[in-house]
Amino acid sequence: MTSIIERPEAEAPATPKKGGGITGAAANYLDERTSISAVVKEFGRKIFPDHWSFMLGEVALYSFVVIILSGTFLTFFFQASMVETHYEGAFVPLKGVEMSAAMDSALHISFDVRGGLLVRQIHHWAALLFIASIGLHMLRVFFTGAFRKPRELNWMIGFVLFVLAMAEGFTGYSLPDDLLSGNGLRIIDGLIKGMPVIGTWTSFLLFGGEFPGTSIVGRLYTLHILLLPAILVAFLALHLVFVVVHKHTQFAGPGRTEKNVIGYPILPVYAAKAGGFFFLVFGVIALMASFFTINPIWNYGPYDPSPVSAGTQPDWYIGFADGALRLIPPGLEFVWLNHTWSFNIIIPVIALVLLLLFVFIYPFVEGWVTGDKREHHILDRPRNAPTRTAIGAAGVTFYAALWAAASSDLMATHFQLSIEGVIHVVQAWAVLGPFIAYFITKRVCIGLMKKDREIVLHGYESGRIVRLPGGEYIEVHEQLDDYERWKLVDYESFEPIMLRPNSRGKITPTMRLRSAMSNWFFEDRIAPASRTELEAAHGHGHADAVTSGTPARGQLEDPTGGNTHH
Amino acid sequence: MAHDEVSGIDSAASDSSAVETSHRTPAGTAVIGSDVENPGEPPHRARVTDLDPAKAKHADRTVYTLFYLSIAGSIFALAAYMAFPIEDGDPVALRLNTLFIGLGSALALFGIGLAAVHWGKALMVDKEGIDIRHPVRGTDETRARAVEIFDQADKESGFGRRTLIRNSLIGAIIAFPLPGLVLFRGLGPQNQDPVELLSHTMWKKGSRLTLDPSGIPVKASDITIGSVFHIIPEGLNEREDLLEQKAKAAVLLMRLDPSDLNISPEREGWSYDGIVAYSKICTHVGCPVALYEQQTHHLLCPCHQSTFDVVNEAKVIFGPAKRPLPQLPIEVDSEGYLVAQSDFHEPVGPSFWERS
Repeated sequence: MTSIIERPEAEAPATPKKGGGITGAAANYLDERTSISAVVKEFGRKIFPDHWSFMLGEVALYSFVVIILSGTFLTFFFQASMVETHYEGAFVPLKGVEMSAAMDSALHISFDVRGGLLVRQIHHWAALLFIASIGLHMLRVFFTGAFRKPRELNWMIGFVLFVLAMAEGFTGYSLPDDLLSGNGLRIIDGLIKGMPVIGTWTSFLLFGGEFPGTSIVGRLYTLHILLLPAILVAFLALHLVFVVVHKHTQFAGPGRTEKNVIGYPILPVYAAKAGGFFFLVFGVIALMASFFTINPIWNYGPYDPSPVSAGTQPDWYIGFADGALRLIPPGLEFVWLNHTWSFNIIIPVIALVLLLLFVFIYPFVEGWVTGDKREHHILDRPRNAPTRTAIGAAGVTFYAALWAAASSDLMATHFQLSIEGVIHVVQAWAVLGPFIAYFITKRVCIGLMKKDREIVLHGYESGRIVRLPGGEYIEVHEQLDDYERWKLVDYESFEPIMLRPNSRGKITPTMRLRSAMSNWFFEDRIAPASRTELEAAHGHGHADAVTSGTPARGQLEDPTGGNTHH
Repeated sequence: MAHDEVSGIDSAASDSSAVETSHRTPAGTAVIGSDVENPGEPPHRARVTDLDPAKAKHADRTVYTLFYLSIAGSIFALAAYMAFPIEDGDPVALRLNTLFIGLGSALALFGIGLAAVHWGKALMVDKEGIDIRHPVRGTDETRARAVEIFDQADKESGFGRRTLIRNSLIGAIIAFPLPGLVLFRGLGPQNQDPVELLSHTMWKKGSRLTLDPSGIPVKASDITIGSVFHIIPEGLNEREDLLEQKAKAAVLLMRLDPSDLNISPEREGWSYDGIVAYSKICTHVGCPVALYEQQTHHLLCPCHQSTFDVVNEAKVIFGPAKRPLPQLPIEVDSEGYLVAQSDFHEPVGPSFWERS
């Protein structure tokens, strides 16, 4: 995986010599046994580019570290057992109430261990931040095209991490065995039972018999603290290894090319900034945990299949799944071939699986449409890939509709609406919203590209109004400098594939589909301004360099004149 | 140009997803890039801390002050741990304990974080560096060598040639995890029939309807028109499998004006003078359906808003559920207590494959 990196400015790490003091001696001791100097040489001055959006993934990583730290503390106190016990802890209103050992120990952590409630809340807030930051990080990667070759596999690894994070969240939420977590499990149980053929037995295998049984908390605990974290850490490590192998993407900018990466070195600048950022993320989580109560299980009481729990919501990241269950129109359950077909459950599950599957394979869809086999390390600005951005906006809108549906009852009660009305509006939103979002986004992107092109060719409005001798007022337009202009012109515009017979003189349906999709993707496009156009627009600059009247088409040269790698 | 890996292909070739050749890879559809020249890195701009020693000194002070503040935050959190005991069960003490340990820790964390970031941004040399990228693919020599190694290994082992060995190996590898997988059958109950369990509840002929959770039996005369009661079967609270039974047997009892009820012929006699009992377990995914609208006689499930019309035998009038809530046939015993005539006539709760 490692290649030799030319690093013109790299300073050789201090060679440990005799007489280098205790640090030198220690370094020498270590290196003679571990070859650690090679690691420092390879990675010590590795360059990372700067952009605020690159920190979203960092937030995810750091909140995961906080989850591991706080979660480990909690394991020393939590008892994953559903043995019945009578609560005798410090929280008076529940004294004597029959509950499981799991709930009892969760209350013990909250009320009898100093700082225990703080750590519980740190754990829960960090988990919410973890999933939120993964989601935002994925959106960043999607909208900037960072998933393109060679990073398609890392996108899939990241997707797996997202799903694992949600699974971790749900299993963790279910552990305290309080009223709400039990109700959540009840919904999962009903969902599983609704699956054709395997549903009933899957539910009995999961719960060890009838719902709720006495096994589920212990089993979820094994998943939550052993199996899922082990897989998650493995995939996380793989994810980061690929970040190193691929080197980080960068936005277009002066001096930046597909063949370099410009930024600050790990030692010392990134060590300070990223290391410091870990503490800032942890600090924000600690602050939230100090001020804001989360999941007050003592208010809900132990699980009981009977009490009413109106207005309860799942943790936010499960909302889209819960919302899908609510949006399905009535009456979709049939008896056929002497079996019960619960399409009111099957359809939402399929919709969710398809949504996630589409996210999972999107890099390959786009790769197939463009046929682009080049490596991409310069990020797209979202506006410069209008169709992709519009697809993303449609996806976000659909997800948002499902998510909003999970709060349909609260919206109805808070805004004095009928529950039926809210559901019908959100149903319409889920079906029509993505199309509306698609068209609006695409038009906005193209409008922004036109604006960029206008600024490149004719400058930006300076706000300076000048009166000409004839009495006419004009606003002075200022030209961009070369560096700012470069940021606006360094992108590519794809032309749609023309449908032409292949070497055997045939047009296959696959070719038709590809051509149609290519047209759909790239029919509307704005090419970046060329030198000639710039020249024509403001008559200065690179006149001597102009050689052709049209934008270069697929014949771009290497400006650095070097860095070839044959 | 930045996009220096664009191939020399002139226009869109419909089969441009062809095999990669050498290091040059096709761009697929035709690509229009700009031929404006990359101006190169902009000149480095010195920061105020680079130019003014006083500002640098100030930044220096800020950084170490923040580190010292962090130490103070840690000490504060330690002191708060001792100063705010929670053992007497006072909720205010718990709140203060959580708040001050948390605030101290947050200060400790922010101190380190802000100091390190400020140090990095204001004081460390801010000259940007450049790393050169190489294609992710291995060089031709590396790849050729990899192929050679596999070939050699194949020859030396006879993996490709000795097909019987190879295929039996593959078979064995596929077969050996199967016993391990089968062991997981043990997750489920061994001697129970899920369909049988899901089809019956605790209710049987003569079970008294008792209040949830106290278990006190109710008389028909206690139920006034418009009232609603949460009901469990007599003897539930003594059961070992209390929650499993309750998850099936929970019932809602309502009394309506008998003339309001539309009763189908086969259910004549299932109610008593306008008193009706329906399963409380939603036929969608099993949440307790327990929001009763007294005026409309609608039952609403709080989870997914399935709405059941008690007047019309709890038929679904809105929401994802399909089936009506099962009705528990009830009557009154010699002492005036409400009792069940039998179990439910169908499985309660969420649908399952073998249900019908």
